[in-house]
Amino acid sequence: MGTTASQLGKDLLSEYQELTFLTKQEILLAHKRFAELLTKDEKDLPNTRLPMERILTLPELKSNPFRRRICLVFSTSQHKDGSLTFEDFLDLLSAFSDSATMEIKSHYAFRIFDFDDDGTLDYGDLERLVNCLTGETDDTRLTDEEMRQLISNILEESDIDKDGTVNLSEFQHVISRSPDFVSSFKIVL
Amino acid sequence: MGVDIGLEFEGDEDEVSTFQEEHERERHRAKISDGDRERRKRGNGRRKRASRAEEWEGESQARPERRERGRRKRTRSDQEAKGSDRDEEVQPKTKSGKSAKTRKHIKNEKTRKMEEEEGEGEERHAKRKKKHGSAKKEEREEDGGKRTAKEKAQEVKRKKHKKVVETSSEPSEEDDNDEEDNEEREVRPESLSSEELEKLKEAVDERKKLIQTLRGKPWPMKKKCVTLRESQEFVEKYEGALGKGKGRKLYAYKVMMNKKWMKFQRDFENFKTACIPWEMKIKEIESHFGSSVASYFIFLRWMYGINMILFCLTFGLVMVPEALMGRPYGTIPRKTVPRPEATSAMDFAVLWDFGGYAQYSVLFYGYYNNQRAIGWLKFRMPLSYFLVGVGTVAYSYMVVIRTMARNANESGVGDDNSFNFNWKTFTSWDYLIGNPEMADNKFASITTSFKEAILEEQESRKDDNIHLTRFLRVLANFLVLCCLAGSGYLIYFVVRRSQKFALDGLDNHTWWERNEVNMVMSLLGMFCPMLFDVISALENYHPRVALQWQLGRIFALFLGNLYTFIIALMDEINLKREEEQIIKFNITMWEASLYNGTVSVNSTAPAITIQPADVPRGPCWETMVGQEFVRLIISDTMTTYITLLIGDFLRAVLVRFLNYCWCWDLEAGFPSYSEFDVSGNVLGLIFNQGMIWMGAFYAPCLPALNVLRLHVSMYLQCWAVMCCNVPQERVFKASGSNNFYMAMLLVILFLSTLPAIYTIVTIPPSFDCGPFSGKKRMFDVIQETLESDFPAWFGKVFSYASNPGLVLPFILLMVLAIYYLQSTSKSYKEANVELKKKLQTQNEENKKKKKLAALKAQMDLEEARKASSQTAKQQKNSNASQQDQESDEEEDHSSSQRLHHGKNGRHAPPPVREQEGQLPATRAPVPRSYQHEHHGAPGYLPGFPRQSEPRMHRVPSLQRH
Repeated sequence: MGTTASQLGKDLLSEYQELTFLTKQEILLAHKRFAELLTKDEKDLPNTRLPMERILTLPELKSNPFRRRICLVFSTSQHKDGSLTFEDFLDLLSAFSDSATMEIKSHYAFRIFDFDDDGTLDYGDLERLVNCLTGETDDTRLTDEEMRQLISNILEESDIDKDGTVNLSEFQHVISRSPDFVSSFKIVL
Repeated sequence: MGVDIGLEFEGDEDEVSTFQEEHERERHRAKISDGDRERRKRGNGRRKRASRAEEWEGESQARPERRERGRRKRTRSDQEAKGSDRDEEVQPKTKSGKSAKTRKHIKNEKTRKMEEEEGEGEERHAKRKKKHGSAKKEEREEDGGKRTAKEKAQEVKRKKHKKVVETSSEPSEEDDNDEEDNEEREVRPESLSSEELEKLKEAVDERKKLIQTLRGKPWPMKKKCVTLRESQEFVEKYEGALGKGKGRKLYAYKVMMNKKWMKFQRDFENFKTACIPWEMKIKEIESHFGSSVASYFIFLRWMYGINMILFCLTFGLVMVPEALMGRPYGTIPRKTVPRPEATSAMDFAVLWDFGGYAQYSVLFYGYYNNQRAIGWLKFRMPLSYFLVGVGTVAYSYMVVIRTMARNANESGVGDDNSFNFNWKTFTSWDYLIGNPEMADNKFASITTSFKEAILEEQESRKDDNIHLTRFLRVLANFLVLCCLAGSGYLIYFVVRRSQKFALDGLDNHTWWERNEVNMVMSLLGMFCPMLFDVISALENYHPRVALQWQLGRIFALFLGNLYTFIIALMDEINLKREEEQIIKFNITMWEASLYNGTVSVNSTAPAITIQPADVPRGPCWETMVGQEFVRLIISDTMTTYITLLIGDFLRAVLVRFLNYCWCWDLEAGFPSYSEFDVSGNVLGLIFNQGMIWMGAFYAPCLPALNVLRLHVSMYLQCWAVMCCNVPQERVFKASGSNNFYMAMLLVILFLSTLPAIYTIVTIPPSFDCGPFSGKKRMFDVIQETLESDFPAWFGKVFSYASNPGLVLPFILLMVLAIYYLQSTSKSYKEANVELKKKLQTQNEENKKKKKLAALKAQMDLEEARKASSQTAKQQKNSNASQQDQESDEEEDHSSSQRLHHGKNGRHAPPPVREQEGQLPATRAPVPRSYQHEHHGAPGYLPGFPRQSEPRMHRVPSLQRH
């Protein structure tokens, strides 16, 4: 722990505290966990990018159906390969932390659910979202008929402007009424 | 240049714009350096320009992000347009004394301005154009409605920043001109006009606010870092400049202290979270089992906190004073083990039952003396005892109700069911789940919930044999009632039997017979819920409804058991009191005979000393009650732990290791691993707490015992959950039932204070034990204190205040107030419903209008097309020109819209959907919401009133500066 703390630097640590919803201990823990995923020679380099595959070995993300989306959304990589730097990783943890605001949580949730990155949740996005939620196996999957019914119900409830998609403000409107979004949209290391 | 502009308008591609930007930047740089050279030749040395160029270069290196640059550029161009006026504004003010120099300056200024104007005329033009482009680009990258507003604010700040840089770098410019101005440079910030200062201050404040809100922005860390550093630098640089004259130092000091304070606060916050007990443990469980299991442990921790405070109260104000300052053990009869019991008082079996030495100690009511003030502190022991008893209950009420109110506030919004499907899809995944099995269960439960919801929505589900279901439900309820009645009778029977045993003397009976009551209660609490579970399978309810029924039944069972126990205890109290009467009479006889005897034998002998152990004494029902509760708690704790060890641990071990040599799969088949039963555990905890509240008055040691129990069960259950439980199959959300449990706790609190208060108020205390002995009622201690410790008028006032003539109106007033508040809240609710309805109708109207408009537009378009095609048919020659016109028309439309949006420099590009479809997928979603703002009426989205309003206000302010 001591070595990681010295690696991180005091100024940087306080800056991270200022910029995220994480406490000092959480940042240090995150750094430790991040460093564990790095290989020996990567450790010496500053600002290494962890490839998505290695991030996904974290047990906290392993069983999450949106794990790839989460990596892609928080990655600042140019190649859109979902690789994360430590700062991206902190961003992720901050958004999923206990004290993060509803706004930031719903913002990122929207981006996670927006599979094709086009800024709205359309039929395809919703379908993929529901498929993620019901799991990969065939016996839990919904039939086409059920899927159609479900998505039309979703759109009926939330699509206020009736353009066939759910946009960010509609999404946030819905989410802000939900009693347990904030308590479940959390990832703890 | 012209080509560039054309490009900008034609293409929305990122590469094009970057290319162009690059290009332009280079040109700009070249121009600036050119200009610099020129000016230096003239000996003017425009540091400002140079520094600006430097800054520019530095910026371009430090920040490779296009958007950032684009914004900078925009602000620059704006600024340059205004720069001249500002210079003129500032200059005369600052140099009013030195007119000659000023004149020279103005001359300089003018020449410079001329240059600037001719040099940058076209450049500025280009930038203006660019502004549109970059605004558009920015729009595409931005995603939240709020964010734009914030960014705008930031932009304003940036501009101010620039401005300040300029004003403060002016002195250096003058330096080259006149060396005498040196001293003026130091005091420069003070010589700023109040308006400037105000602006500066505002900018600094805004920066500070930005720093504080930075963490709430969905930007990548790099950007946040850069912004933070920049704004911190800015704040540091110009904060000192604020404040005038003598106040300046103070201000700087204040700023410094503020910074220190912030840092301290942050550290303290960190410290506080580090101090929360078991935080890491709970988080670990949370990440394995999801939020519902963790909610139990959080509840346990909360309970632990409450008990800790209760323990501090009783321990610090009752037990410790009595132990330290009261008369020591053995001085008076009530503090001594009676002679017949003395031989076995140290036996473990007796101590385990809290008899013997344990009974005659500070742990129980009977040990306390009725001496009014004890020790050198003159500690009012009986009063303290009474007040602590009342305070315990009052504190518990306060905490429970406060927590309930907070929970209600948090979840009060989500009562309506209008977004059922959306919530199911968007919020049903628990991101904390880190266990693959748990995830599988979650998948299954989500799927079933989807299917159920769809079925319910279709309302195609028809109960074929509704009569059978009804019959089964009635039967189930009947069975449950039978169970409840049976368990109640069993407890009553057992308690009565135990009294008989007690009369016979405990030594003649086996261990089972002595501990029958507690064991029966614990066993009932263990097996009845299982029975209910089996019965509820008959009813065929929806799982959530079934869970509520189950909880309600267990609640009723526990409550029934507890109350039967109390009623049986009451009987026992009455018996003891009869016994007491007899003993009291006997004692007077005994005393009389004693004195008579001694007197007759030897009249000169000193007063005979009787060992306190030999003095006959009453049964002391209070201690008996306390003992019963303590035994109950102990046996309850034991059964909990033992079931945990056997039911969870042993089962897990057996299943795990016997699986290798068994005929069927134990892990997947019948016994399998046990689940963690959140609701049952919470109920157990609640009832345990109820017993504490009930018994704490008669046994001050109960909170201490409970703290111990909770502490142990925290570790034990954490361990058991992590090592031998599997995640639940039916996964429920934690937050939904939170207040449900709290409400149960409140009910239990009320129900458990009821008998305690009843006994305190109606039954006279024992005559020879406890702090209230010798008084008619326990609460007489208050009156006694009022009479002897307070001035006379206070007692008078108190007696007036407690006069029924005053109390009754007061109660009436309270009832009226409650009624009033309730009716107002009802009316508010109605108003809410009204408003909701209004919003809905408005929404519908809007929709209709939009639909109509869309329809009309389509019709128009079609008509136009028809017309055009007709005309095309008619005049085939002029075909080309016609089409041109049409396309022109369309373009006109879109560009006018664009202009409209572009006016305030940041609204969305034309909301043409086809165009968006062609856009390359950017990482950030497109803010489609902007479209609605324009054709939607105010109050379009009930939850988000912030969308259009603040921006509307900010736009003019942007233009003003």
